Amino acid sequence: MGILTERFKEYWEGFKEGEWQDGINTRDFIVKNFTPYYGDSSFLCGPTERTKKLNEKLNELFKEEREKGGVLDINTDVVSSLCNYPAAYLDKENELIVGYQTDKPLCRGVNPFGGIRMARSACEAYGYKLSEKVEEHFEYRTTHNDGVFRVYTDEMKLARHVGIITGLPDAYGRGRIIGDYRRVALYGVDYLIEQKTLDKKKIGEDIMDVETIRLSEELFQQISFLKKMKEMAMMYGYDISMPARDTREAIQWTYFAYLASIKEQNGAAMSLGRTSTFFDIYVCRDMERGTITEEQAQELIDDFVMKLRSARHLRTPEYNELFGGDPMWITESVGGITTDNVPLVTKGSYRMLNTLYNLGSSPEPNLTILWSERLPEPFKKFCAQISIDTDSIQYENDDLMRMEYGDDYAIACCVSAMKVGKQMQFFGARFNLPKLLLLAINGGYDNVTGMKLGPQMEVMQDEYLDFYKVKERLNVYRKWLCKLYVNTMNVIHYMHDKYAYEKTQMALHDTEVDRMMAFGIAGLSVMADSLSAIKFAKVKPVRDENGYIVDFDTEGDFPKFGNDDNRVDKIAQNIIQRVSAELKENPTYRNSRHTLSALTITSNVVYGKKTGSTPDGRKKGEPFAPGANPMHNRETNGAVASLNSVAKLQYDYCRDGISNTFSIIPDALGKGEDERAENLVAILDGYFSNYAHHLNVNVLNKEKLMEAYEDPEAYPNLTIRVSGYAVNFHKLSKEQQREVISRTFHSSI
Amino acid sequence: MAELTCKYSSVQTMGTLDGPGVRFVLFLQGCPLSCGYCHNPETRAFDGGKTATVTEIMAKVSRCRSYFGKKGGITVSGGEPLVQAKFITELFKECRKAGIHTCIDTSGCILSDDIEEMLNYTDLCLLDIKMTNNEDYKKLIGCDMSAPLGFLQKLSEKDVKVWLRQVIVEGINDNEENVKLFNDIAEKYDNVTFTELLPFRKLCESKYKEMNIPFPFEAYPETERAVIEKLSQKLTKRNK
Repeated sequence: MGILTERFKEYWEGFKEGEWQDGINTRDFIVKNFTPYYGDSSFLCGPTERTKKLNEKLNELFKEEREKGGVLDINTDVVSSLCNYPAAYLDKENELIVGYQTDKPLCRGVNPFGGIRMARSACEAYGYKLSEKVEEHFEYRTTHNDGVFRVYTDEMKLARHVGIITGLPDAYGRGRIIGDYRRVALYGVDYLIEQKTLDKKKIGEDIMDVETIRLSEELFQQISFLKKMKEMAMMYGYDISMPARDTREAIQWTYFAYLASIKEQNGAAMSLGRTSTFFDIYVCRDMERGTITEEQAQELIDDFVMKLRSARHLRTPEYNELFGGDPMWITESVGGITTDNVPLVTKGSYRMLNTLYNLGSSPEPNLTILWSERLPEPFKKFCAQISIDTDSIQYENDDLMRMEYGDDYAIACCVSAMKVGKQMQFFGARFNLPKLLLLAINGGYDNVTGMKLGPQMEVMQDEYLDFYKVKERLNVYRKWLCKLYVNTMNVIHYMHDKYAYEKTQMALHDTEVDRMMAFGIAGLSVMADSLSAIKFAKVKPVRDENGYIVDFDTEGDFPKFGNDDNRVDKIAQNIIQRVSAELKENPTYRNSRHTLSALTITSNVVYGKKTGSTPDGRKKGEPFAPGANPMHNRETNGAVASLNSVAKLQYDYCRDGISNTFSIIPDALGKGEDERAENLVAILDGYFSNYAHHLNVNVLNKEKLMEAYEDPEAYPNLTIRVSGYAVNFHKLSKEQQREVISRTFHSSI
Repeated sequence: MAELTCKYSSVQTMGTLDGPGVRFVLFLQGCPLSCGYCHNPETRAFDGGKTATVTEIMAKVSRCRSYFGKKGGITVSGGEPLVQAKFITELFKECRKAGIHTCIDTSGCILSDDIEEMLNYTDLCLLDIKMTNNEDYKKLIGCDMSAPLGFLQKLSEKDVKVWLRQVIVEGINDNEENVKLFNDIAEKYDNVTFTELLPFRKLCESKYKEMNIPFPFEAYPETERAVIEKLSQKLTKRNK
């Protein structure tokens, strides 16, 4: 019997015992209690009349929001926090799971803790004005943004200005932190407060230095916000101090924890974690007790997902350029297997995916399949069918990630794996690889802005660029940039911890948390192809009147990334290895571990815009390929060759994820529904067995996107995977839409 | 002895329409026929194409192998694969050793000892019965109908599994009488496990333009899906 067994007896009755009853251990609760499901989807229930009505109501609000230019309403009077708004409902009598971020569904709150200017200009962009009250309040408060700019060096500001490092979380919440929201359901808030109080007490008994004093203050904040979470739930009439007693409470308690977090924080990615199999344990217990039917279980999940689809943050137009489509990244990880090789697929996994049928396709929550060769075949096929029908889900390689993160990790944002409640990351956007190349050959001159930065050297004088000389130059500039990049991140995260600490989410982590610092690169395939051109073709620089290189004449052909050609694929591998190694030379804030991602979100468009012509033939201003994708339409050896190239990028050097977005026309997947789903399963198995990390799958015709481009009203719910997440196509800017249309659509001809 | 080589036009690394599952498709170069609706006119000439050895092709196949799943494998198409039967025999021997499912996609217009030997290593044959009467065969395809029928007979003797296929062109063979004759052929052989009607499509038109040669079936419309669906209802071996 566990230490807590007696105390929570009435709540935990019917569950199998385990270490989870001795202290917080959600993972142990799951592996001891879950019921794997090996069957197919035939048990699933469609939406009830209640669900349909509620969903219709929600869809009307979405429509209204669309018609108002993307923002339904903003509450400019109140600063967003846990208890600052009264309870809000869509249809009080008919909601099974309750809670909204502000006083009205879809109304956005203001969250100036990241930076008051950003909050102000976001309001103005939609025709609102931040209230005097809020303005005045923040006149006497330091925001995260204030703190960062007090310390930023001139060089950091310059790097940011010319766009070699972009998208830094220095004016908004950094996000990419997943609270273990399930803890609230399993243990109740009071127990969590008790544990944090003990941890805080313990700190005071040892030597107190900078590290521990900071931690102690953080624990104070965590405890205070756990109390606020209780208060917030009480406003809706629920006491969450004790564990959940049944399925509905388990979902509601978990949702309250998530809701508290998105009221407190406007992080770029506010991911959910790994909840569907957790919930299924409660469903199974209730079914055993005869207190729930399959239809009711589905109804609860449908309702929960409707709430998630309603989550909103207020953003500026500039932000939307980087992270197009108004995403929240409520990433929910589904599937995977245990470290003992038992599939973590339950009926709950099916129910979660079934919301895409019951409520219609949608980018949120960002449903992510943790793919393993050992997933049950019927489940694999169900996932493939959902991809074909909805283009709403993505796949990540559990067989790869499980080795590093065990079996209770989840994906934050798009591709960032972390152990739930045990690890967090400091999110660090990305730097622009092709721009670095151009800066290097121009000796520290940015040929787009005309500004000088980095080590100052002579412009490369060769008539034709020499691969080895260029490499040497790159070594110098890479070293310079990596140091600058790490320093910049250290500043940002020091200040974020200081002025916009995620107390609610961190209260749902272990006190001793493992931190990663996630760096990123953009333009990998442009860089690889450019270096390949320099190595295998003849690249003649074109100079302006001052002798700066502004364009290239590339003579002859060269191997291009995306064709399973080792000559260039090794260059791409090498780029990642070098960047990863160089970053690690520089110490990080809070001794976090350096990780790296090849992921761009939609920033590949902006990055391209800020970058001059490159030796691969890409012209000034043209977009890069997203994430680790090969450049559009340079893949001439078919889809498998393209996938094989990306699969060669090593996860070991890119632990924060390697994003690949794959679009294929339905006809090229086979004839008939069944065959298409089977073939997609084979493709996913094949790709991931080659140690690839991530795949977004779109099964659609380019023509459909072109029609939606011309006539958005005709396709209000068209969902498409872009780069680690999905968007409503109409929510992308026209420029972003054009870029998506220009991507390779694999066909069979 | 120098390793055998083939002349090929291209490869498709993710073929899903030429046999079961996800397949590596090798399009060989050269075809003796002159079908009016040929959708790969670039593969017809015998003097073009690239050269590869069995080892080289197998290296490409092995890069795709993990995507084959339980059903996929290799399909040799063309051009007319039968013309390079000796090469295919050696290739398929290697595939058999590696446990890879082998398939040819052919018109069945030739038969020889080499081809018979090749069939010993062939798991599945996609056979086009392009027309169902000799007159059309001679006029529109360029061979005698007895050729594919003789080939089919041989496939039956060797007990090679066969999928029969036919492209439907409106105004030529889009009638029930034709489907009946097609069925009759399929019904005669137990090794024919599946039959399929395919729409005539004109995606290849641009290839003809590029090559600057006339597209003989230019005047015919693309066959509508509904026509194929309706006629397919009449097939007696409709399910795989």
